[in-house]
Order: sequence, then C-alpha cells, then structure tokens
Amino acid sequence: MPMYQYDTHDQAMVDARVAEFSDQVARRLAGTLSEEQFRPLRLKNGLYLQLHAYMLRVAIPYGTLNSRQMHMLGDIADKYDRGYGHFTTRQNIQYNWIKLEDTPAILADLASVGMHAIQTSGNCIRNTTADHFAGAAADEVADPRPYAELLRQWSTFHPEFDYLPRKFKVAIIGSDTDRAAMRLHDIGIQVVKNDAGETGLKVYVGGGMGRTPMIAPVIREFLPPLQMISYLEACLRVYNRYGRRDNKYKARIKILVHEIGADEYRRQVEEEFAHILTLGLEPPPAELERIKGFFADPAFDTQSADTIDRSDPDFALWVDQNVHAHKAPGHAIVTVSLKPAGGIPGDASADQIRLLADLARDYSFDELRVTHAQNIVLPHVRKADLYAIWQKLDAAGLANANLDLIGDIIACPGLDYCSLANARSIPVAQKISERFADPARQAEIGELKLKISGCINACGHHHAGHIGILGVDRKGTENYQLLLGGSEGADTSLGTIVGPGFSEDGIVDAVEKATQVYLDRREDGERFLDTYRRLGVAPFKEAIYG
Amino acid sequence: MSGERVKILTGNDLLTGDVTWWTGNGWSRHIADAAPVGDDATQIAQSEEADRKVVGAYVIDAQSDAEGLRPAHIKERIRALGPTVRLDLSLRPNDPAASAWIA
Amino acid sequence: MADTLLRFRDDAASTAPVVSLASLHDAGGNATAVRIEPGEDARLLLPLLDRLELVEVSFPAYTDGRGYSAARILREYGYAGELRAVGDVLVDQLSHYRRCGFDAFLPNQPITREAAEKAFATWPEVYQRTVDGRTPIWAARHG
Repeated sequence: MPMYQYDTHDQAMVDARVAEFSDQVARRLAGTLSEEQFRPLRLKNGLYLQLHAYMLRVAIPYGTLNSRQMHMLGDIADKYDRGYGHFTTRQNIQYNWIKLEDTPAILADLASVGMHAIQTSGNCIRNTTADHFAGAAADEVADPRPYAELLRQWSTFHPEFDYLPRKFKVAIIGSDTDRAAMRLHDIGIQVVKNDAGETGLKVYVGGGMGRTPMIAPVIREFLPPLQMISYLEACLRVYNRYGRRDNKYKARIKILVHEIGADEYRRQVEEEFAHILTLGLEPPPAELERIKGFFADPAFDTQSADTIDRSDPDFALWVDQNVHAHKAPGHAIVTVSLKPAGGIPGDASADQIRLLADLARDYSFDELRVTHAQNIVLPHVRKADLYAIWQKLDAAGLANANLDLIGDIIACPGLDYCSLANARSIPVAQKISERFADPARQAEIGELKLKISGCINACGHHHAGHIGILGVDRKGTENYQLLLGGSEGADTSLGTIVGPGFSEDGIVDAVEKATQVYLDRREDGERFLDTYRRLGVAPFKEAIYG
Repeated sequence: MSGERVKILTGNDLLTGDVTWWTGNGWSRHIADAAPVGDDATQIAQSEEADRKVVGAYVIDAQSDAEGLRPAHIKERIRALGPTVRLDLSLRPNDPAASAWIA
Repeated sequence: MADTLLRFRDDAASTAPVVSLASLHDAGGNATAVRIEPGEDARLLLPLLDRLELVEVSFPAYTDGRGYSAARILREYGYAGELRAVGDVLVDQLSHYRRCGFDAFLPNQPITREAAEKAFATWPEVYQRTVDGRTPIWAARHG
C-alpha cells in the first residue's frame, strides 16, 4: 500500500493525545477547567462550538488516506453525527453535530485507524496540505508526500510553536502544476530539481487569503531537502518572536513578511538557520529514506489496456472531465466530484464515504485523496476498470462530470453552520449549480473555478476564484460581492471586487452575465480567466451593472 | 415588522452543544419557550455558565408577536431553526414555512 | 505568590533581587537574576549567561508563546541556571515549557508537584529534538 503506516512510536503519540484530551474533557465537565481555559485546548483537537453544535475537524494529513480510514470516517458520521461529513478546502473532514461527551470516544475510534484531530485548529502549525495527485501525476518532478510526512511528525506537539501569533498553514507540491494553491499559504514548498539533477526545495513564505490576501514571495530558491526541518524551525522562530500579537487581523506571517520586507525576513531566517544548523535538530537521511519507502509505487499492472471504451456517451463525458493522466501506462487518476447540481459542496453521506472507501480498496491500491476543491481522488485506477467505477459512482449520485467546471464550486459552510460567517454560502452555490446544471452548457463554458466564502476569512478561497463570491452582512441582510480574475496555481493572482454587492438571486444573475461576456468575447482556446485577463474588468462591469 | 422588541438569552448546552434558550428557570432547545430577560441577564448567564448548564451565553434582540419570538438577526434565526440547507435536520423538518421564517 | 513556586532543580533557589532587562545593564554588572517580558529579546542576555543564576520569563497570558522561543534560545546557547516561567502558567502547557528548557514555574494559580509531574509525562515519546535531552522518535528509529 503506497502510503505511510504508523509504527509503534506514531501510534503511542496519537494514543497519548486521546488520553490527554479525555482528561481535559473530564476536567471541563467536572468544572475544574473553565470554558476560557478549555477553549484553546479543545481547538487544538479541532473541536469548535459552531452555530448548532460542536464541530469536529479531523486531520487528513496531506489529504491522503486508505480505505480503512475512509470507512471509519463514514462510520463516525453514522455513529456520532447525523449521517454525513463535510470535506474542507484544507483536505480535512468536519462533522457538524458532535457532542462534547462523545469526543474522547471519537478520537479513540480515529486513533484505532491511525487518525487524529491534532492541531486542526488553534494558533499552531496546522495539518500540512499537498498536491492531491502526488505520486500519481504524469507531470511530477518528485513526490512531495515524504516531505509532508516529515513535516507532520516535526509539527506534531512542537513545544515551541504551540502558541504562535496566529494559525500556520504549510502546503507542499512536487510538480510545476500547482494543485494545492501553494503560494497562498503561510509557507509553500515546491520540490524542484536543479540543472545538476539534484533535488531541492523552493520555499515561499508569507502567502495567504483572509482579509489581507497576499501571494507568497520566494524566500529560499533551493534548500537541500535534508535541511528542511532546520530551515522551518528558523522560519517559525522568527515568526513566533516577531509576528504581531497586538491585532489578530495582522498576526499572520504574511503581515510580518510584508511589513519588514522579504529581504529582511530572509536575512533574519538565514541568521537563525545558521545557528539552528549547529544544534542537530534534523532527522537523519535514513529517516527520509524510511518514509520514502512507504510511498514507493504500488505494483501497477502496466500490461493493462491503455485504451478506454467510450461507447457510453455519459461515461465518455465523465472521462473527459474527471479523469487525468497517470504516470503509469494503463492507469488513470479519477476525481470524484462532490458537487451535484443543487447539492452542498463537499458534503458526503456516510454511505457515499464508505462506497468511496470500497472503490479505493477494490480499484485504487487502497488509497484515496481529498482535494482542496472538496472532491475525492482515486489516484491509481486501471483504465480497464473505469467503466465499472463510473457505474458504481453513478448509482450513488457521485458521477458528476463537472470537475473544474462552473458546477464544481468551492464553498465554505457559511452562515448555515459557521459562527464566524456573515452570510450563507451554500444556498448561493446551490442556485448557481442549478442555473448551470445543463452539462452541455457547462462544457461550453469550460474551465471556470468559482469559489464562495461566507465571510472575509476566505475559507471558500474567493480571492483565488476565476469568479469569486464574498458574502457580507449589510445592515443585517446577506449581501454578496463579486470578484473576478483570481487564480491559484502557477499563475496565482488575486481577484478584484467588480462593484457593489448583490442579493442572493442578484449574484446568480451577475455570474451568468459574466459568463455571457466571456462566451461572446472569447478567442480561440481561451478559458474564462484568459479572456478576463485580456479584456480587463470593464466589459464585465458594463454587462453586469450597465 | 410589528410586535414588541424584547431581549432573550441564548447559548449552547455544554454537553451536547445544542442551541438553548433561557426560559426563566432553565434552558430549552425551542425558542418558543424563551422568556424575555432584563438587566439580570448578565448575572443569569454567569451563574448558569458557572453551573456548567450553558456555554457562551449572550443576549440577543428579538420581536415578540402573535406568531411567537423571532430573532432580529438572521444568524440567530438560523441558530433557532437549524441549517437552512438541511431543513430535514432542523427543528421544523416538515414545515414548509420554515424557510420564510428565516428570510 | 511565592508559595506557588515549583522547582525541578537540585540547587538552592537564587535569593538575588530580580531586575528587569532594562535595568540589568544599569545595575553595574552585578545582578544575577533577571526577568524578561514577551516582547524583549532574550539574545541580549547571551553575553551574561555565565553570571546569571535565574532568568524569569514572563507569561502575562499563556496564549502568548514568545517565551517558549526565549527559553529555548537561552538553553541553546548554554544557559545552565534556573529558567522560570512566571505568570499565566497552566498545567496543560507544562510539558511544552519543560521541553523548551524551563525547570521552574511560578504560576498565578497553584499547581501541585504531582500534577506537574503528570503533565511532564504526557508524551511517552517526542518527535523533535529540543533542549530537554529527550531522544526524538527519529533517533530512536535509527539508533
């Protein structure tokens, strides 16, 4: 199985966490911990108090999990929640209806399959995210997951960085195609090769979305991989000491890097790094090799047929949209869209979760990925099995052939669930996906990444949407602003607000008008984003407000 | 909007996380049971939190009329009912008027 | 408040007056006990490490983690005297304090020695090498 397996050391750590949190819950229920004292402790286990109940966010390290783990996620949804879970833009899963008294049992169930909720909230180093096609993509330079696993272990219960100025998110990729919005993270790492063919890490620091979106600058062009931990210790230490703590809206590392400048931040990091290199904090090469061993390719059946029978047109449509090139002949990468027309982006029922687990077990070397676009990947399937997989997905309502199309909307939970939200996100997503439900119409519009956040914290990545929607509270009424021109990936850009906001129905109309401008004015081969970049905002503004 | 403006006290149940409303002598999951509070709200919130009956209690504005209590802000109406996109999981699962009450 | 002091050292506690970082340099070079606040640079103490017996690191709020870095830096540069966390020091943070080099605690609310020992034992193993001498898991794996 091509993924990391806990040894007794890793297992002992998650077991210790279950014991620690069980004790903290007991103290809270007994009254020896106040809510004020308990809140940061529960957050470090991903337990929020949301609008309707406690919400538990479970970590899916670098978005990778096996069928047994996925099966457990489905079972937890049934046993402790209301029969569903929500996959998030950080490759995690959230349960919306959790009881505090159940949380020790849930964490124990998770630990039994090598999972946890460690550091899924709080002002600490969060779960590392990664390219969801890692180890499978045809365009990969190097698999980023061994580095991500090294980061997972290093950041778990890191004693110095448990109370940073603010939360801290790391993303890592190993292809030129950035599928993880890497430069919109506190630290983004790209595994690269230099002219001599040596592997190195290109390190970006100070990106992020939220109320002050910023694209991370390069802080280190080429870091030897066996110095990654020491270098990140230095990056984090400079941030922990000098990041702003006077204003939570200015506390992310992007503000520090912006205020002192990338050059000065780099200088401070290099100074600290030189000191840290003397301390012997870096795991030895053998540890990276040990981890790499887990991510070795599974036994691909390279004699398997490399062609796909496209005689069923619905299947062919799905293949064209949701199946990507795999590095091994005869194989493909399947992305299962959790975005049915009129559905809730990222939600999956317990039965659907278990079905995906079974498909991974039977067809994908036991492995699944969660994408930051709230979809599920079966990374290693034989082309010969695609039709059988599609039929099973179709029967479960999971064969939505809309990947990267306008119906494949990213949306945060919004005011339907989230205590921070100012407006609902999901109903807007539902209305847009219904408006554009016709597959032919979606295909005609082509790639269009639409992203909706219900508040300025930008969990729905609205800044990075080709079309972004931001919900705001205008005098007690929900109001939606339209952004155009954002993008994640190699050509990362931030969307700009087009004009005054809209009602829920108004924003759906505005989106439709924007797509019409594109259809009317596009030139050969242009995506929506390309046309927008060529024309600028003016014609869109005129069509929408004129 | 007609009706009398009142203040009511809400929070979440410590054990279950359920949304709860102060009834004058305890907590109910149903906003219809809520009783208006006066200057004593802060003191009630403090003592109920200390007794671990509720978490994060706070006072909100609501309208009281023949139809019952309706919070002034949409966020509190959603709390009172449930997620509008899963009315099947809300406190009024079979009530077609539920959506209109939120909006 | 002094009766809440928990020390995990064998030597006798310093009785020297504790001065601020600002007045440390004014004190004519004699002070042996100093207190640093969250915004202050622990590296200013590096030239004085041989002389100091006690460094108090102030935690006005336990959510301000700058003191963790201050402590580690002092230990990384060889400070061997008492390193005391003072203020909003809670039992759930003790294991991390210890890993960063603190060996004494003066919490606002008393913590029993028994509770502190239990907190130190929270993690049967550790993933990182710090200044506490514990063997990281990667070292245990590779001998």
